[in-house]
Amino acid sequence: MSDARDLRFGLYLPLAAVVIAPFFLSDYFLHLAVQIAIWSLVYTAWALMGRFRLTSLGHGAFLGVGAYVPTLLWNNYGVTPWLGIPIAMALSVALALIVGYPSSRQKVVGHYFALITLALGQVVLLVIVAARDITGGSLGMTPHTVGRSWYALQLPNKAEFYVVALVAWLIGLAAWHFVERGMIRLALEAVAEDEDAAEAAGVDVLREKLKITALSTGLTALGGALYAQYLMYLSPDAMSGVGISLEIVFAAIAGGMYDMLGPTVGAAFTILLTEGLRVLFGTHFVGAANTIYGALLIMFIIFMPRGIVGTAAQLWNRPRGPPAPAAPQPAE
Amino acid sequence: MDIYLLEAIINGLLLGGVLALLSLGLNLIFGVIDVVWICYAEVVMAAMYAVFWLYAEWHWPLLLACVAAIGFATVLGVLVHVIVIKPILGSAPINQLLATGGLLFFLQSLATLLFGTNFRNLGIRLPVLEFGGIFISFSRLIAFGVALIGAVGLYLFLARTYLGTAIRAIAQDREVMGLMGANERGIYILTSAIGGGLAGLAACLLVLQYDVHPFIGLTFGPITFMVCVLGGLGNMIGGFIAAFVISQIIAVGGYYFPIEAAEVLAFVFFIVMILIRPQGFLGK
Repeated sequence: MSDARDLRFGLYLPLAAVVIAPFFLSDYFLHLAVQIAIWSLVYTAWALMGRFRLTSLGHGAFLGVGAYVPTLLWNNYGVTPWLGIPIAMALSVALALIVGYPSSRQKVVGHYFALITLALGQVVLLVIVAARDITGGSLGMTPHTVGRSWYALQLPNKAEFYVVALVAWLIGLAAWHFVERGMIRLALEAVAEDEDAAEAAGVDVLREKLKITALSTGLTALGGALYAQYLMYLSPDAMSGVGISLEIVFAAIAGGMYDMLGPTVGAAFTILLTEGLRVLFGTHFVGAANTIYGALLIMFIIFMPRGIVGTAAQLWNRPRGPPAPAAPQPAE
Repeated sequence: MDIYLLEAIINGLLLGGVLALLSLGLNLIFGVIDVVWICYAEVVMAAMYAVFWLYAEWHWPLLLACVAAIGFATVLGVLVHVIVIKPILGSAPINQLLATGGLLFFLQSLATLLFGTNFRNLGIRLPVLEFGGIFISFSRLIAFGVALIGAVGLYLFLARTYLGTAIRAIAQDREVMGLMGANERGIYILTSAIGGGLAGLAACLLVLQYDVHPFIGLTFGPITFMVCVLGGLGNMIGGFIAAFVISQIIAVGGYYFPIEAAEVLAFVFFIVMILIRPQGFLGK
């Protein structure tokens, strides 16, 4: 394992430099960095489930709950986001468990799991649109602004918000580390291999699945809340529904959903790519950037299912020593 | 009974026809190739643009434009299979599903690039028929009729022809059929072509009723998946029944509540049904 340790050590220093650099750069780079940090959290949260073959196509549901609940509480009752965000996370987890409990009991997996979660994302989108009296419907809504305020978690200064976003990102990585080191990883890997066999071997499948679901969806809600607080604008299509749910899945896969920093790399890759293509094409060819993005996604899934980080790690390990044990393949 | 409620029920029935047609194509592909085309609604969208372009810009006769669009969608179906699905037939099913998800983005953005985000329509106003106080849109009636004819045609093809029998046999057991000398690759391409063609047919019917824009797939795509899963993925008769159940929930729900609330009702019904019976109405 010492090779891997060398690799990690060699990566951490440059990584730290990249993470800190935006503080010394212009607001534009801080803006990109804040987005990368927040979406890294969301993608990491998704990958917590995705790596164990719980492929959710509906994480937009939890993003939406996370974004709208604190803003609604703030606008209507003056509840501070410091209280509103935990409430949103709790509601998000509750929603996930309402669907997750019976679906785990019924052993809903594979296509069916993916499509149920897709429907859940659509439900939240439609509820937001339908409740247009309080959410503004498709037009979106804005939190009441009070200027710079930690109490309202409204920080127009991008450097300050970047600190908040970095803390959130580190919380996501800590959650990943906790799962990676814990019994839950062994249990869920066994479940992903063969659910019945794992159960026979004494794994409490239902309990372990619900634990990872709660962790994943709670963190996704946190990401949604921060994104809304940062943009100070919420719209149903950007915060929930099929489109954003699939974007979450793709970015996590592009980065690599089996490695701690995979989703983070996925966030950086997708955001910088989109931004780069946008700058390249300007406003002349609306859609050109996303067309290339879509084509790249297809190629990623066909040629690099382990993502950027996973593939890089494989290439790094190959010339040294015996081949690595068969990696868990992404799944049905 | 309230005449408006009756109208809602009839409209739901008509909507169900188009949903059934959409679910047939998706179910056929899933049943035979074991892949969910998340981008199925985007293939429909592409074909809607084809009809729009040929009819409104190039001034082809509508019927000819529709036939050409169905041909276009058929070719697109084959391309989806050959370019995206074929290279990853051996990998995990969820990867195939996600690859077609990438295609969803690709087609959406390509449509934005080519046509912009404006809502386009054919500029055809079909009459609204009245039967004893009940108003029924003629375009929906046509859609319902053609969808039923398409469904019956597909049924006859699968039940009565040699190729149709081969397709059903592959759907039942692909390994054994391969050993018995069935041309699996050819059947896959044929299935994708038929699936694409059905999407094209649905597009011709939808473009009469709705404006086309690059994101229209997201409005009826999720409902189509829901119908397929509810009926039992790959089970065409189940999907057919589910299409009418779902369309009734939306139509009758829309009579009592706002339309989004009616759709929420349909999705919640779907989630509850799947949790009670994960294999769908008629799934094994």
